[in-house]
Amino acid sequence: MKKTIGLFIIFILLCIFLTIMNPRFLSVTNLQNLARVVGMFGIFSIGVGLVIITGGIDLSVGSLFAFLGIVLYFLLVPWHIPWPLAVIVVLAAALLIGLFHGFLVSKLKIQPFIATLCGMLIYRGLAQFMASDATKGFGYSEGFERLNQLSTGTQLGVPMPFILLIVIGFAAWILLHQSVYGRYLLAVGRNEQGVRYSGINTNRIILFAYVISGFLSGISAILLAFYSNAIAPSSHGSFYELYAIAAAVLGGCSLRGGEGSIVGIIVGAALLQVLQNLVNLLGIPSSLNYAVMGGVILTSVVIDQVVKRNK
Amino acid sequence: MEMPAMDSEFDQPVLSMHGIQKHFAGVHALRGVDFKIYAAEVVALIGENGAGKSTLMKMLGGIYQPDAGEICFNGRTVSIPNVRHSIELGIGFIHQELNVMDNLDIAGNMYLGREPVYGGALRLIDKKKMINMARPYLERLGFTLSPATPMKELSIAQQQIVEIAKALSLNACILIMDEPTSSLTQSETQMLFKTMQVLRSTGVSIVYISHRLGEIEVCADRVVGLRDGANSGQLSREEITHDNMVRLMVGRQIKNNYCIPQRKTEDKALKVDRIKTSAWPKHELSFEASRGEILGITGLVGSGRTELACTLFGVDPSENGCIYLDGRKIHIQSVSDAVNHGIYLVPEDRRNTGLVVDMSVMENLTLPRMDFHCRAGMIDRESEVSFAQNQCRESGIKTAAVHTLAKNLSGGNQQKVVLSKWLSLNPQVMILDEPTRGIDIGSKTEIYKTLRKLSDMGVIVLMISSDMEEVLGVCDRIMVMYEGRITGILERKDCTEERLMNLAVGKISECRN
Repeated sequence: MKKTIGLFIIFILLCIFLTIMNPRFLSVTNLQNLARVVGMFGIFSIGVGLVIITGGIDLSVGSLFAFLGIVLYFLLVPWHIPWPLAVIVVLAAALLIGLFHGFLVSKLKIQPFIATLCGMLIYRGLAQFMASDATKGFGYSEGFERLNQLSTGTQLGVPMPFILLIVIGFAAWILLHQSVYGRYLLAVGRNEQGVRYSGINTNRIILFAYVISGFLSGISAILLAFYSNAIAPSSHGSFYELYAIAAAVLGGCSLRGGEGSIVGIIVGAALLQVLQNLVNLLGIPSSLNYAVMGGVILTSVVIDQVVKRNK
Repeated sequence: MEMPAMDSEFDQPVLSMHGIQKHFAGVHALRGVDFKIYAAEVVALIGENGAGKSTLMKMLGGIYQPDAGEICFNGRTVSIPNVRHSIELGIGFIHQELNVMDNLDIAGNMYLGREPVYGGALRLIDKKKMINMARPYLERLGFTLSPATPMKELSIAQQQIVEIAKALSLNACILIMDEPTSSLTQSETQMLFKTMQVLRSTGVSIVYISHRLGEIEVCADRVVGLRDGANSGQLSREEITHDNMVRLMVGRQIKNNYCIPQRKTEDKALKVDRIKTSAWPKHELSFEASRGEILGITGLVGSGRTELACTLFGVDPSENGCIYLDGRKIHIQSVSDAVNHGIYLVPEDRRNTGLVVDMSVMENLTLPRMDFHCRAGMIDRESEVSFAQNQCRESGIKTAAVHTLAKNLSGGNQQKVVLSKWLSLNPQVMILDEPTRGIDIGSKTEIYKTLRKLSDMGVIVLMISSDMEEVLGVCDRIMVMYEGRITGILERKDCTEERLMNLAVGKISECRN
C-alpha cells in the first residue's frame, strides 16, 4: 500500500515537473494520446502482473501482439469475416494460448521463464511466416470501421483504451483484492506448498493466472493493431513484455511472487508512458528512450531495496 | 556400565573433550559431555534422536562452538572457530548428506578450492597434476576408478569413498562419519567397513555415528552412549552387544502426560490396507486405528513415517492398496480428496508446509475453507475476522491481533494455528507429524491435551514422533517403523522404551499383532 502511494506521488511530481518544463504536456492532444497508450499498456500489464504474483513470468505477450495482429489482419482484410466474429476468434486464440502456457507451467512443471520464452519465439516466428515477413496494413478499415472506432476512438473525449483499462482494472482489483481467488493467488505466490497442504488445488490457481494474462493480451493485441493500423511482424510489439514486467515491478510486485496490487501495476504502467512522453517533450534524443526508462526503473528498485534494508 | 580404564600415562588420546555444554534458545542440548578417541580406534557414538550426538560432533567440525568445556587435540587445548580450522587440525567430516559437485570429476571434487594451477596470471587449472595428486589417496582406499571419472557416474557409496579420500588428502587423522550407511546397500556397507579397517591400520581414528546397532557390533572398538545431552556410559569391545547398546540409549524416567481415554472403541474405523509410499515402494503398509484412540507412530529419522503421513494426506498418493474409513473405501489422489474426507495433516515442517508464514494468522486459519467466508466468490471479511478471533480464543493462540503475520508468532503458537485451522472442520482423522518439535513445554502440554480432547470426541489421532518419552506418555497404541516397514504395533501397557527401541532399530522380535 505504502509502495503504491509512494509511486503515485512520484508519478504526480513527474507530471508537475513536465508541465513546468513544457506546458504542452497538459494540451488535450497530448493527454489524449498519453491516456490511449497508458490504456493499452496498462491492460496487458495487469495480466502479466497477476502471473508475476504467482511467482511466474510471462515473456510471450509482445510476440503475441504480432501473431494475433496478423491473425486479425487475415480475418478482416483478405477473408472479410464479420468483425465481431474476428474479435471472438482472436480473443479465443489468446485464451487458448494462455491456457497452454498455464498447462506447461502448472501441470508439466516447466519453468515459467522457459515456457513463455519459447512462446515468445514461436509466436514471433509464426507471425513472420504467415505474413511472409511483410507489413500488413488495415487501410481505411473498410467493413470494420466500427471496430476501428471502438479501439481508437474516444468517448466524451476519453480514449477507448483508457476506458477499457478502468473497467478491466476495476474487475482485476475485485478479483485480486476482494475475491477468494485473489487470496489464493497471493498465497500461492508466497508459499505454494503451504497452500497445497491446505487442500487447495494450486495448479488450477496458477493456470488461471496465465489464462487471464493470455486473454488480456488478446484485448491489447486488437487495440495495438488499430493504434499502429499496420502490423510489421518482426517488430510489432517487441519488448512490450518488458514494459509489462517493469510496470509490475515498479508497482510493487516482487518477482519472487506473493506481492503486488492492481493500482500499483496501473500506476507503474502510466509512469513508464509519462517517461516516454518526457523524452519527446523535452527534446531528448528519442534513441535514449530505453536508457532513460531503464535508468528510472533501476533507480526506483535500488531505492526500494535500500529503504527495505534500513527498516 | 563399567568405565574401562583406557587411559594410561603412555596412551594419550588424540582428541578429548571435557565438560562440553551447549544451549540452543533455551534448550540445554549438551550438559557437560566428555568424549575421547585414541589413535587407530573406531568409536561408535550412539543415542536417540536429539541425544546430542550431532551437536557434539559439529563442535569438532567447527560448525558449533561449545558454551563451556574444553577440547584437547594431542594434549593441547584448542578452539575450533570454523570449518577451515577443523580441517587444518586434521578432522575430516563425512556428512550424512554428501556435499559433492556432481558436475565435476573425482579429482575436481577432492581438490575443490585448492586446485593446482599453472604459473601465470590466468591461474589455469593443471588438470593432469590434479589427477596425479588424487590417485594415491584413492588407491590407498582400494578404489580403482580413474580420478578423471565424472562424479555423477558414481554410486553414493563410491562418492562417499571420494569424500574420505578428500579428507585423507587434507591429512585427516580423525574421520567423523555421520550415518554413513543410511543410503548404502548391504554389500556397499561391507565395502565401507573394509575401507574403515584399512584406515584404522594406518593410524586414522574414526567416530562412527549410527542407529544401526548391528553394524556397530561389527565395526566398533568402543561405544560411547549419549542420553539427553549427557554421557550415559561406554562399552569396551567385549561388551558391545545389541542389548547393552539399547540400555545405553534409553532408560530414563518416563514423565507421564498420559490421560485415560474416555471412550476407547474397537471399531477399527480407519483401515489402511497395503499402501505403498514412493520412498519405499517395496514395502506394503497395513494398519488399523479406532475412534477414540491416539495411535503413536515412532521410529528413527528416515524410517518412512513422514512419507506414510504424506501418502495418507494425498500429497504423495499411493498407487497401491486401499484406505477404508468407517468401512467405506475412500480414494485419496490429492490433498483436496483427503480434506474432503476429513483427513487432516499437521506437517513436520511448519514454516514451509504447515503455514504460509508471510500471511496473517487469520488468513492462515481460513485458508482451507474460504468457501465458508465468502459470498459469490467475494471474501466476507467480517465472517473471517470473527471466525479467526473465535479460533484464537478456543485454541489459546497468543497473538496481538488476528492480522499479525504468522511468522511473528512463537513456534508453539504457530503450531496451534496449524492445528486450529483443521479443528473447526470436523476432523475424522488427524495426522500430526512431530507436533511438538521445537516447542516450549507449556505449549507441548496444551497440544497433548488438545489431542486427547480430539480423540475423546471420536477423532482418529495419528501422532508421529521421534520422542519415545512423548509417545509413551501420550499414545494408546504405538506403531514402530524401520526403513519403510512397520516393525511392530504395541499396546501401551506392553510398551517399554527398550522394546520400542529394539523395534526402531529393526530387531523384529516377539511382539507383532
